[in-house]
Amino acid sequence: MTATAQAYVVGRAEEVPLGEGRAFTAGGTPVAVFRLRDGSLRAVAAVCPHAGGPLADGQSDATVVVCPLHLNAYRWEDGSSPTGAPPVAVYPVREEDGALVVET
Amino acid sequence: MTAVLGGRTAGQTSLALDGDDTRARLVVVGNGMAGARFVEEVLERDGGEHLRITVFGDEPHGNYNRIMLSPVLAGEADEADIVLNSHDWYADRDVDLRAGVRVERVDTVAKVVHAADGSATPYDHLVLATGSHSFIPPMTGVRTADGSLLPGVVGFRTIDETRQMLAAARTHRRAVVLGGGLLGLEAARALQAQGMVVELVHAAEWLMNAQLDAEAGAVVRRSVEELGIAVHLGALATEVVGTDRVAGIVLKDGRRLDCDLLVVAAGVRPHTDVAVRSGIEVERAVLVDDRMATDVPDVYAIGECAQHRGTVYGLVAPAWEHATVLADLLTGADPEAAYTGSRTATKLKVAGVDVAVMGVSTPERDSDEFLVISEPRRGVHLSVVVRDDRLIGATLVGDTRKVAFLTQAFDRGTPLPAERIKLLVDLSDGDAEVGVAELPGDSQVCNCNGVSKDRICGAVADGCTSLPSVMDATRAGKGCGSCKGLVRQIVEWAADGELTVEESASWYVPGIPMPKPELVTAIREHDLRSVSSVFATLARGGVEDAKSKMGLASLLKTIWGSDYVPEPDATFVNDRVHANIQRDGTFSVVPQMKGGVTTPAQLRRIADVAEKYEVPMVKVTGGQRIDLLGIRKEDLPKVWADLGMPSGYAYGKSMRTVKTCVGSDFCRFGLDDSTQLGIDIETRFQGVESPAKIKMAVVGCPRNCAEAYVKDVGVVATGKGRWEVYVGGAAGASVRKGDLLATVSTTEEVLTLIGRFIQLYRENGNWLERTYDFVPRWGLDRIKAVLLEDSEGICDALDEGIQRSIDAYTDPWARDLAEPASPGQFRTSLPLTVLPQVPVR
Repeated sequence: MTATAQAYVVGRAEEVPLGEGRAFTAGGTPVAVFRLRDGSLRAVAAVCPHAGGPLADGQSDATVVVCPLHLNAYRWEDGSSPTGAPPVAVYPVREEDGALVVET
Repeated sequence: MTAVLGGRTAGQTSLALDGDDTRARLVVVGNGMAGARFVEEVLERDGGEHLRITVFGDEPHGNYNRIMLSPVLAGEADEADIVLNSHDWYADRDVDLRAGVRVERVDTVAKVVHAADGSATPYDHLVLATGSHSFIPPMTGVRTADGSLLPGVVGFRTIDETRQMLAAARTHRRAVVLGGGLLGLEAARALQAQGMVVELVHAAEWLMNAQLDAEAGAVVRRSVEELGIAVHLGALATEVVGTDRVAGIVLKDGRRLDCDLLVVAAGVRPHTDVAVRSGIEVERAVLVDDRMATDVPDVYAIGECAQHRGTVYGLVAPAWEHATVLADLLTGADPEAAYTGSRTATKLKVAGVDVAVMGVSTPERDSDEFLVISEPRRGVHLSVVVRDDRLIGATLVGDTRKVAFLTQAFDRGTPLPAERIKLLVDLSDGDAEVGVAELPGDSQVCNCNGVSKDRICGAVADGCTSLPSVMDATRAGKGCGSCKGLVRQIVEWAADGELTVEESASWYVPGIPMPKPELVTAIREHDLRSVSSVFATLARGGVEDAKSKMGLASLLKTIWGSDYVPEPDATFVNDRVHANIQRDGTFSVVPQMKGGVTTPAQLRRIADVAEKYEVPMVKVTGGQRIDLLGIRKEDLPKVWADLGMPSGYAYGKSMRTVKTCVGSDFCRFGLDDSTQLGIDIETRFQGVESPAKIKMAVVGCPRNCAEAYVKDVGVVATGKGRWEVYVGGAAGASVRKGDLLATVSTTEEVLTLIGRFIQLYRENGNWLERTYDFVPRWGLDRIKAVLLEDSEGICDALDEGIQRSIDAYTDPWARDLAEPASPGQFRTSLPLTVLPQVPVR
């Protein structure tokens, strides 16, 4: 991956409530953005690599997000899956002046 | 009969885009066990990035597991179970599958494949994986004038032939199977299981003569005959009798055997027509070198159609080894990859007998050691052949416990015990697990997929604790499945050392180290009303665990009723949006329809909603309700508003529905008003959370039209106002008749008793433990004593507990319509492109 990451404003920070995930598009890439219980943000590809499930509908904790369809888990840290599914893409995400910024 | 296995939904087509695709063109002829596996191996090496793949398949189906045809024929497996790769699989991976298109010849100079549909497909690399076809021995009358087989005569090689046999088994009675090898024996046993009278005709003097010696063959014969299958040995069929359909066969000695189905399983021959027509060198099969290359540049052959160093293999493991080597070479993953031959070891079950064979079956030199243990009465025959202190052959019939060790010795030449008898029997009377423990780490357990004991143990160490998860992670046991027993033993052995596995099995959820009763006490003691507070107080290190949240949320709702503090991250998506998520990310909506009774007005509203929101499927459910499937998340609130009906809780771990029969109002046989009682029960217990779903039914007489005997709670009218209450029944993945808890005389008693039972289950059932497991675990006698005699003095508490939850009920649809639970609650999470497309009906 030699291409430099591109930053996109995908939405407003308040669109992602505490403990939930919401789907956005970052420059054509569907991403799921989560706000963990500690208030921090995480972003992964919106599509579960296993069977295409909507990851934004998944439950999360400090370590993983769990896809709602077949309960495959993916680590925030590197996208790898403790349940043996192929890894999911992980994107840097931050809040800037109330805007949600995702780098893809 | 003509269904396409693993087919695409009608109306879907794949687009072949050409244009500026610069990838090299890889064409595979043959979509069977070898060809399809080769494509998988190429894709696994990211070969799709620089190879554009086209696969020709003679059969119209996707790729299926040919090894599993016998279980399908025997009715032990479904067709759907044996699909390895569906048409969608190919489409999703940008592989152009030409299913049902036969390749006629290859122009190896112009490098173009010509197919029967008139197409000409250029290639840069061509792989022949055409496999074999059934050999039909010359017999008078076996073919009709046009050269096709006489109706009722069938080979045993494809799913279509299997379907033909299954159809014949339904309408005909007598079958003759030609060929007493592995395939013939499997066909005979399967057809017999389908209810046919089966005779087996074999040309050689003993069964499975290619793999077994005479004595071992005799042991197999005995077992086959014990199944009720007549066996004719040394018998040559010379003529097939019948004009419109087979009526029998005539043997060389003049005997005639009547039949209306003739299965020919007398061996296979490699499919070499395409190679011959294309000028590629063929002997018994297509000649290949150690790179699987034929004598023509850029043309390769793998699987049963390939002849390597003089050997043509008829087993799946070598074919898959071919596929791996060629994929390494063509993708550049390992430019040095070479195939040097396979030592074949087979392990299978023939006619109910375990058989394992490897190498030679009898000694060939005077100096060879030959050890035989023969117990024909027990159906056991074991032998090994040892040359120069190395195992060169083993035959195990009826007892394959030593197969793992022997396979290892055979494959790797590991040292043999000086007392040779230890090769065949465990002289120490230690337990059976010693075998697994002593198995060397690098010994191959799954021959089909080449998985070693070490890899299985590694998967367990990485956290796989169930057999399916280990199988998913390693592919062990996912070929023919014959090694599943050994894989299970190894998994159990490997997981045993992990004390946490044992310990956590008793926990209510994996993230909190406590069994349920302790957990409930701790929650009450610390007054924990939200899932996050439970983690903070009771989890090790206060660490949250996503997979434990749903179970904890359910428990807290049970304990606290309306005082539970909900948190969005603790709630599964179904409970967040009060609908059941489907495979394509849409939702199913089931309005409440108490007792399965509806009205014209309700039906009209449901119909209007279905039309307005273009609902792809409207389905009457097993629970006597109507399901609207394929609703978009963002439409859910509008759908509820238009329906104006309460939620039917078809998505939750909760009381779902109460089925009823028409009872005494209309039924000529009804003894009591089951319909009204069902409606009353559903009204009282609607939406009550529980460790797993609860399904109920009430019937007006023991004819059981609403299946009350197989429900979590079932109520049966027996006349004169009396009702029987059954608990712990099931008719899902498990089938269990409920246990009779009590017979009572009033509907009020029915409601009280059900309430107590549900509350007992809610307070004591493990997460996701259905009542059909809970009732046997507690024991019916104890449950009766607690609920009927108040033996533990908790009946008042149970009554209060369930009443608290009943009082806390609000319809979730009405509640969230009035005020969304969180901003964007119903916002779509769908990327809208790559999800599996569910067909519109």
